[in-house]
Amino acid sequence: MKNLWLFLVRYNAFFWFILFFVSSLALVVNNNNYQRSSFINSSNVIVGTFYTNVNSWKEYMHLAESNKDLLEENALLRHRLQELTAIDTTYEPLNTDSIENSSRYAFTVASVINNSVHHRNNYITIDKGSLDGIEKDMGVITSNGVVGTVLNVSSNFSTIKSLLHPDTKISVSVDSTATAFGSLVWGDNTESRFAMVRDIPNHVKLYIGQPIYTSGYSTKFPKGIKVGYIVQTDIVTGGSFKDVRILLTTKFEKLTHVYIVKDKLAKEKMELEALNDNNG
Amino acid sequence: MGKIIIFNIIRFLVLLVVQVAVLKNIGYYNLAVAFPYILIILLLPIGLSNLTLFVLAFLTGLSIDAFYDSMGIHAAACVALVYFRIFFHKITIELDEQASFNTPSWGNMGFKWYGTYILLSILIHHSVLFFVEIFSFHNIIQTLLSIALSSMFTLILIFVISLLTYHKKSRVIT
Repeated sequence: MKNLWLFLVRYNAFFWFILFFVSSLALVVNNNNYQRSSFINSSNVIVGTFYTNVNSWKEYMHLAESNKDLLEENALLRHRLQELTAIDTTYEPLNTDSIENSSRYAFTVASVINNSVHHRNNYITIDKGSLDGIEKDMGVITSNGVVGTVLNVSSNFSTIKSLLHPDTKISVSVDSTATAFGSLVWGDNTESRFAMVRDIPNHVKLYIGQPIYTSGYSTKFPKGIKVGYIVQTDIVTGGSFKDVRILLTTKFEKLTHVYIVKDKLAKEKMELEALNDNNG
Repeated sequence: MGKIIIFNIIRFLVLLVVQVAVLKNIGYYNLAVAFPYILIILLLPIGLSNLTLFVLAFLTGLSIDAFYDSMGIHAAACVALVYFRIFFHKITIELDEQASFNTPSWGNMGFKWYGTYILLSILIHHSVLFFVEIFSFHNIIQTLLSIALSSMFTLILIFVISLLTYHKKSRVIT
């Protein structure tokens, strides 16, 4: 017994090392199950408040640029408004279906208070949480592209799994005519400006500079949001599908404001689709 | 003694803020990232007991993890780093010195000792960090490349910090 004790004392550094290292690794492995990490992550109030402060300084640097983006968006919206008022609404009775459809999505504006683009798994933190009606798995967009999906929500903050994350997949279509579909992933890129669209059927003709839009098949993103432009088409993976490399329209390094998309009919759609599984 | 504790707390706060507010946003994609916060652990007083060192390193790692959203990764790297620190001190520092509470800094230990200490520590810390983060030996060339580049980046920053705070023989006899 005494010898055992001496042995433990003599090599105490090694045993402490084993103990602490194993507990760190246990933390890492548990953390892979992202939901369990809610104790220490950016949703945490202390860290969130800290980032809000740091970010209030950072926002000044991008003020000019975000102003320009907002102005451009404003101009576009004004243009659409003009088009709408030009239509003679007395000519035919209002079509209630299309009104229902156009107000199907609600958008919430939020400021980005923490952002990363240099890591393998990139996350974004925003200053809106469950008190503002943000829920898990909602889509996040900017005025000129897609950003990602909501991962965790606390009462005042939420974290977003960015498109620059290996697990993010977004359904997209080539061109607004929606003749071909693929899934948008970051792929094995290390650059935040580029991403890949996988599994496009081989027979579809593509050209460089062709725009890519969201398909609207999931409840996360409305149809027809521009995602990027094709920059490289001839990546063949074998089989009857091919991949393309696209230049993203979202500028992840300069993200300051994002919109969270809330699909009002998401629950209804899910419930209806769940019936298929029950019967099958 | 009180002075040493206060100095270490200030060092912890300054390096932590620099790391998470400034250096987190600077990097060459995922290839080169600097982590000079390891100075917090490297410059702890020599005479601390092993358990104290491990607890402090673990907590430092967890604080960094909280800001990096990477629970446990930095903690693991810091624990490995402190194990190396204990080993290195045991074989290079004389016994009477080992009981003192001097800071193992450039001014106290000389360039040759300090340089070796920093270089090896950075290599150990970054290797563990990147391997735990990536969690596979797949694509090992790229991992090794990022370890090498990040180590260089960190090394340069740590030497800049050490030069800025350099003063010779500031021994506290306690």
